[in-house]
Amino acid sequence: MASHEGTTTDSHGGNAQQPLLSAVGIGKHFGDRLVLEGVSFAIHSGQIVTLIGPNGAGKTTLVRIALGLLEADTGTITRREGLRLGYMPQSLHVEPTLPLTVYRFLQLALRGAPKPLDSTEIVATLSLLQIPHLEQAQLTGLSGGELQRVLLARALLRKPHLLVLDEPAQGVDIAGQAELYSLIDTIAETQGCGVLMISHDLHLVMSSTDEVICLNHHVCCHGKPEAVSTDPAYLSLFGAGVTDSLAVYTHHHTHEHDIQGNIVGEGECNHP
Amino acid sequence: MSDFLGLLTTDFIVYALAAGLSLALVAGPLGSFIVWRRMSYFGDTLAHSALLGIAIGLLTSANPQLSIIVSCLFFAFILTVLDRSPKVSTDTLLGILAHSSLALGIVVLALADSVRVNLEAYLFGALLTISESDLVWIIVVALGVGGVLLRFWNEFVAITVHPDIAEIEGTRVDRFNILLVLLIALTIAVSMKIVGVLLITSLLVIPAAAARLLSATPEQMAVRASLIGCVAVVIGLFGAFVVDVPVGPSIVVCATAIFLVLTLARGGKV
Repeated sequence: MASHEGTTTDSHGGNAQQPLLSAVGIGKHFGDRLVLEGVSFAIHSGQIVTLIGPNGAGKTTLVRIALGLLEADTGTITRREGLRLGYMPQSLHVEPTLPLTVYRFLQLALRGAPKPLDSTEIVATLSLLQIPHLEQAQLTGLSGGELQRVLLARALLRKPHLLVLDEPAQGVDIAGQAELYSLIDTIAETQGCGVLMISHDLHLVMSSTDEVICLNHHVCCHGKPEAVSTDPAYLSLFGAGVTDSLAVYTHHHTHEHDIQGNIVGEGECNHP
Repeated sequence: MSDFLGLLTTDFIVYALAAGLSLALVAGPLGSFIVWRRMSYFGDTLAHSALLGIAIGLLTSANPQLSIIVSCLFFAFILTVLDRSPKVSTDTLLGILAHSSLALGIVVLALADSVRVNLEAYLFGALLTISESDLVWIIVVALGVGGVLLRFWNEFVAITVHPDIAEIEGTRVDRFNILLVLLIALTIAVSMKIVGVLLITSLLVIPAAAARLLSATPEQMAVRASLIGCVAVVIGLFGAFVVDVPVGPSIVVCATAIFLVLTLARGGKV
């Protein structure tokens, strides 16, 4: 456990040069199966790092180790002192027997906060994510896209320094995915937090990602998204066909929908 | 009418009401967690193991209430430890322990023929024979369990909704899981006298299930489950007098009737 204690060798602590979180030589077995081997990376403030890789590559395991939910067999995780984490899981299954409104769910994020529960903060966060109308909705009745935004709101309410997202666009339709990623991009910029996310949608996150880590039990390649997408290791992992799919997102829309389904804006717009 | 008023002020009725209502109040929130976390079989197993506790208590002439509590806590511990074994599924494990401990309890009780035991009282409860010290145990445990639930309410709800998020937000999920199991074990241990080994879980689960039909938040469900439990205790207790049936089963039948009425009133959607 000592390796997860967020110890820092820098006596000044918390300066901007120091990474929010760094992993060195992370290895992990489940039984006989080697899941991670010698994985190292670092995330700095304001940086968006995207983890890609095939199914079973160990992406979620790596994220869980970084979050401190799982212990690594080897290697160390170092967190900046006083680092606040925001975590958005892949999905949320709410027992149908558990009645829970969106508001009450978000209130849970503020438990143990030094100041009393602040309803204006919840309302503001819901507005930021363009779902103020869902405040009193039951969690069990939400669509995939709505649920992802509610989960993001819960993570943001803790005012995290580092936002960790496990496939944030899972269960969201294609148009909603692009919108969600651009929202995450905007939030990271305005709140100045670092982002570590798992995503299969490299073509969608390309423009905003600072660094891509291509993982298949070990780090196959990493770097700027443009560089990674032409890297031989990346191509052998995903097949040359994937580069063609990058073109998909230069297509044209005549209009866009917001999450309520209303048409916003007129005319042509290019997706990045 | 004067007969009825006279009955109301009799010691054993006052004790029975106080014990039943204390349990119903704490069973509301605790039962809600059992429903949310699908732990009703777990509760059953603990309750059945309590009979073994009684048997051992009688053999060793230890304080019966204390031996029930010790055996419930012991089985709660065993279940928590064994549950981590990947070889046996939780469901199977509970099935083995629930019935083997019940059977072992009955066998041990039968062997201890030096003591005459009214098995039925343990299986179905004997609310009307509650002594002053029984009542004190029940009230102390109800206050303690209720106090802990209130103090850590948000933590318990958070670990139930999503343990990973709760852990990252700074809640020690493992510790609160164990604490919740302890609260359930304690409550089951002291409520044996009220409804008996075989019916305890129903008093935890049925009011909560009924309250679910009326609630939009966890808090509403917990409070309403307490109220429904109280109504079931009062009607069940006095109803048992009127038609001369055992009190424990009568209370459970009342709770079930409330659940059915609410379900039908909601158009049969459970």
